[in-house]
Amino acid sequence: MLTRLRLMFRSTAVRLSGLYILLFAICAAFLVFYVTAMSERILVQQTRDNLVEEVADVQRVYERNGLNGMLRMMERRARQPGANLYVVAGPTGEIVAGNVASVEPGVLGNEGWTRLPFTYQPYSESGPARRHLAIANVLFMENGLRVMIGRDLGEPGRFRGIVRRALMVALTIMGVGALFIWFGIGRNALKRIDRMSAASQKIMAGDLSQRLPVGRSGDEFDRLSESLNAMLGRIQKLNEGLRQVSDNIAHDLKTPLTRLRNKAADALSEDNVETRRAALEGIIGESDQLIRTFNALLMISRVEAGSIVAEMSEVDLSAISADSCELYEPVAEEAGLSLGTSIAPEVKVKGNRELIGQAIFNLLDNAIKYASESEGEPDVQVVLSVDADEVRLAVCDNGPGVPPEKRGEVTKRFVRLDASRSKPGTGLGLSLVEAVMELHGGSLVLSATHPDRENSPGLTATMVFPVLKP
Amino acid sequence: MATSTREAEVIESDGAKQSPHAIVPHMKILVIEDDLEAAAYMTKAFREAGIVVDHASDGDSGLFMGSENSYDVMVIDRMLPRRDGLSVISELRKRGVNTPVLILSALGQVDDRVTGLRAGGDDYLPKPYAFSELLARVEVLGRRKGTPEQDMAYRVGDLELDRLSHEVKRAGKEVLLQPREFRLLEYLMKNAGQVVTRTMLLENVWDYHFDPQTNVIDVHVSRLRSKIEKDFDRPLLKTIRGAGYMIKDEA
Repeated sequence: MLTRLRLMFRSTAVRLSGLYILLFAICAAFLVFYVTAMSERILVQQTRDNLVEEVADVQRVYERNGLNGMLRMMERRARQPGANLYVVAGPTGEIVAGNVASVEPGVLGNEGWTRLPFTYQPYSESGPARRHLAIANVLFMENGLRVMIGRDLGEPGRFRGIVRRALMVALTIMGVGALFIWFGIGRNALKRIDRMSAASQKIMAGDLSQRLPVGRSGDEFDRLSESLNAMLGRIQKLNEGLRQVSDNIAHDLKTPLTRLRNKAADALSEDNVETRRAALEGIIGESDQLIRTFNALLMISRVEAGSIVAEMSEVDLSAISADSCELYEPVAEEAGLSLGTSIAPEVKVKGNRELIGQAIFNLLDNAIKYASESEGEPDVQVVLSVDADEVRLAVCDNGPGVPPEKRGEVTKRFVRLDASRSKPGTGLGLSLVEAVMELHGGSLVLSATHPDRENSPGLTATMVFPVLKP
Repeated sequence: MATSTREAEVIESDGAKQSPHAIVPHMKILVIEDDLEAAAYMTKAFREAGIVVDHASDGDSGLFMGSENSYDVMVIDRMLPRRDGLSVISELRKRGVNTPVLILSALGQVDDRVTGLRAGGDDYLPKPYAFSELLARVEVLGRRKGTPEQDMAYRVGDLELDRLSHEVKRAGKEVLLQPREFRLLEYLMKNAGQVVTRTMLLENVWDYHFDPQTNVIDVHVSRLRSKIEKDFDRPLLKTIRGAGYMIKDEA
């Protein structure tokens, strides 16, 4: 429970609301003092106005009815409940009449408003003077009498107390309510975070199919969870791709390694020198193939990582295409197919001759390999064409082709449609072509050569280059 | 490794004394390589092929040995302690040592090859490599030092090639070759008696510097072979299994 509370205090929502509560308390305290002080001032002012009026009344009565009339009036007023303080004193300040027994000495010495609140003892009380605070207006009469009309300050003080208490109570209720809400929000936030943490723990433990909980409110937590979930989905996909690749690598490297091992074992047990030599040569051949595979893998990684900042220059794509076709023409002939070319002259692109050459070689190699499986007359065409936006070098065969849904897959490393891997090849050819095209700011597009044919629709691999800007 | 059925003869390459390698007598090379295991393997394999090998394990001692002694070929790793392989080469060239240099590099990128050759290297081989490839290249480099390249005509047995008129004759009879086949034969005859690998052929005849991966070169060689050997009993163009090709008159 304590750790939970500590955790709660660490959460952002709780910290923020804590800060708000503090701010609220300060404002509220200020408000209470301000409101009460203001209302007291207003009350005192009202009292003063009231006293001024009464002094004027007293003066008027005195002028009209003389001393007796004035005294009578004061006596009448003094008896009313909640009356003002009325004092009539002699010239030396001794109290002659009124409802006050004694006042602080010196209060009756000056005419006009008493400067500070003073203490007095009402008539009804006896014994030692209790502190009653009051303000008063003192009037000196022509006959030497002094009249004081005052007002006890207890009332505004009481009023201030009431207002202050009321405000305090209201504010306390508000504060406690805020605390409850604060607690609720903090706990809710903490709970959701806990749920997210729990899900993350599972994900960290390796269960990538786990997702963060998403509520129905669509608030910021849900939005965060949603984008994290999208990220997780992507990671899972990449991870699966990676696993696929490593599975393929394991398979593609295990097979020749096993063969290598078996051949070595055979060679070891072989007494005949000639046979042993043949076996050893086989081992060298296998090793060379492995080295090739590794080299191709490294090459693709480098091209993909862009670390092969190959020398890019203006290269003659027409010449590279023609060279490549010339190089592969005998291979095509040996495979019993014709290699047709339609190469636009003088087509230049910005690129690296070596990489483009290797990419074309890979495509031609594939095309010849698969065209020979065609059900019709095997045929490979190389077409180089240019339009306003693109330079397209297409290598088309009429082999079994690649079904549309598999086209995204075959450019991945070690992915081969023929699962038995009976055909020679590393399964890296198209991966390299795609990496090379990306490095050149272009793309590799796969399509069917004869989409209308059911058998042997063929594959057209098109290297699309951006047009060279002058 | 695909080998065509048309091959007339296959010479076994076993690295022993009767090896088709070791054509250059008493070739002496310097290997500058900091990976001691790789160096030991290389040294042993070169010695088995009849080549005298010295070994230096860092850039400074390599530079010292290279400038003090006379070698036929130097094999220099690019990444060396104390002094980078490329700097060793340029320093050697500055000191007037013109020994052919083969650069070995784990980096193996197109650009590395270019920078390596610019620094004064003569050939370049990315790691990992097959030893047969290294051996073939070292031997070709070693011979380059001794013989001028400006021969106008080559002759192997009764096969003649005229570099000026682009004529090829076998036993006095003209053999008609395509331009590319001519260059293929020219390169093979220039290095007569030595093994040339498929990668070397792709480099020198087609000017592409990567491993051809497939049997594309073999098909060209067997075409050439059928043209120069078709009507003759004595085979000249031999396949060295696990390595490459060699043109040689056995007689």
